Amino acid sequence: MIGLLSVALLTAVMVSPSHSSSQTQQPATGATGPGKLAAASPQGVPGSVASVFGGQVQQGGLNIVVLDPAHGGTDPGARGTGGMRESEIVLDFATQVRRALELQGFQVVQTRQGNENPSFDDRSATANAQRGPVFVTLHISSTGLPGTARVYVNSDLPPLADANGLIPWDRAQAPFLGLSRTFGDLVQGFLTQRFKGSPDTAQTASVRQLRTTAAPAIAVEISSVTVEDRADLDRMAPGVADAIARGAAAFKPSYVVPNTPGAMP
Amino acid sequence: MTSRWKIILIGGLVFLVLAAAIYFPILRRRVKRAARLQQQSEEQARRELTQPIAVNPGDPRVKTKLFWVSDAIDSTLAPVTVELPLSNDPVLRSKQVLNTLLAGPVDAELRTLPPDALLLAFYLLPDGTAIADFSEALATSIPSGIVSEQLAVNSITRTLEANVPQVQRLKILIHGQEVETLAGHLDLTGTFVVNTQPALAPVKPASTSGTDKPATPAADKPIAPISGTVAPDQAPNKLAQPERKP
Repeated sequence: MIGLLSVALLTAVMVSPSHSSSQTQQPATGATGPGKLAAASPQGVPGSVASVFGGQVQQGGLNIVVLDPAHGGTDPGARGTGGMRESEIVLDFATQVRRALELQGFQVVQTRQGNENPSFDDRSATANAQRGPVFVTLHISSTGLPGTARVYVNSDLPPLADANGLIPWDRAQAPFLGLSRTFGDLVQGFLTQRFKGSPDTAQTASVRQLRTTAAPAIAVEISSVTVEDRADLDRMAPGVADAIARGAAAFKPSYVVPNTPGAMP
Repeated sequence: MTSRWKIILIGGLVFLVLAAAIYFPILRRRVKRAARLQQQSEEQARRELTQPIAVNPGDPRVKTKLFWVSDAIDSTLAPVTVELPLSNDPVLRSKQVLNTLLAGPVDAELRTLPPDALLLAFYLLPDGTAIADFSEALATSIPSGIVSEQLAVNSITRTLEANVPQVQRLKILIHGQEVETLAGHLDLTGTFVVNTQPALAPVKPASTSGTDKPATPAADKPIAPISGTVAPDQAPNKLAQPERKP
């Protein structure tokens, strides 16, 4: 009996959800830590053949979306009535956004799958290790008009001053600000069509998560955890997912993917 | 056990129950009083830490623009003009306007900063960089979110922009420390642009005598950092970090 139980337990451990789920995708190897990102390459040319990681690089343009459900672990984020936690809601939203993006043909990488709390730098590293991704961080606010959604792009960062052509980690977003704005405006446009009262264009804010991300990067914040019923927020998820997926698809033609991860656009 | 012992035992138990019934309310009152005293001493310590800014009756009353939220669910700021006696010294003036901003508007729903947040210190460097040190409540009591955190910072920077032209950049510290974010979203590692145009009047050292005089453009002598200002080499690290327009 004990032997049978042991075998059953061992089998259960081996077939754990983290290995069985197709959603689990680890960040690509080669993630750089804080400091300097990979050397900037010349202007990216679609259809390049060699990758610095030895493999054949993908042909064509933007194909990867890095999805970041904010907070997690000991950081619940915004907390609402009835014990609603931003960290849990954004994880559920991420599942729907992922599905919508995959339907549009994108490969999706998540910065967290469960109730973990990677650091800001770890989340950025997940994106910076990819070749030519876009980055979307998902948030739920604790203020604002309920039922609306806002897109944020990072505030202006000073121009790069590194003579070696390297992108400083703490200003990795600087060369991507224009692209982020284009991407953000597209997603905001689709969100505003669905959620009346949302702004017409993307807003700017000094969002910490975006600053170290070397990719077109946006934060999507939905209002809010103050709703009385969690179902009110859940009803927004399909619309948010659709807007992000359509925004990414509309942005795709305007983004020339660089040759190497973390390279300048 | 004999019936005599039973009576003694029951009597003892009854006595204990009665004693507990009498003592319990007294104990509860003592615990409550101790908690109240502790709260009062914390409040007192906080007050001692942040001495109120002395208002000099001689200061001219000027129209002061304070930025609060335009309405309870909107996410935009609107200026409210009030008449305040403001010092001409930029450091004292900054403290006065920020303390008024922290005190909040008449309608509490329109406030941008938590009611228990305090301005612990304010410094102004000769190059126009200001350092505002707020109590921990600014980070812990603010509603979490990009929109609410940005409104908080914007209300501070725009209020300074409207009233203290000498402040060009602002660095925000929490309890004397540089922090990564305000409440999980807004980046506080850099400085925020306040005034893009250099002030006509140079930064005047803070006066503690209460006899402030208007700053004059003729004051082109080197400014010695004294009370209320710090020299660049005394400033917290990372002030040379990128500026960000909030």
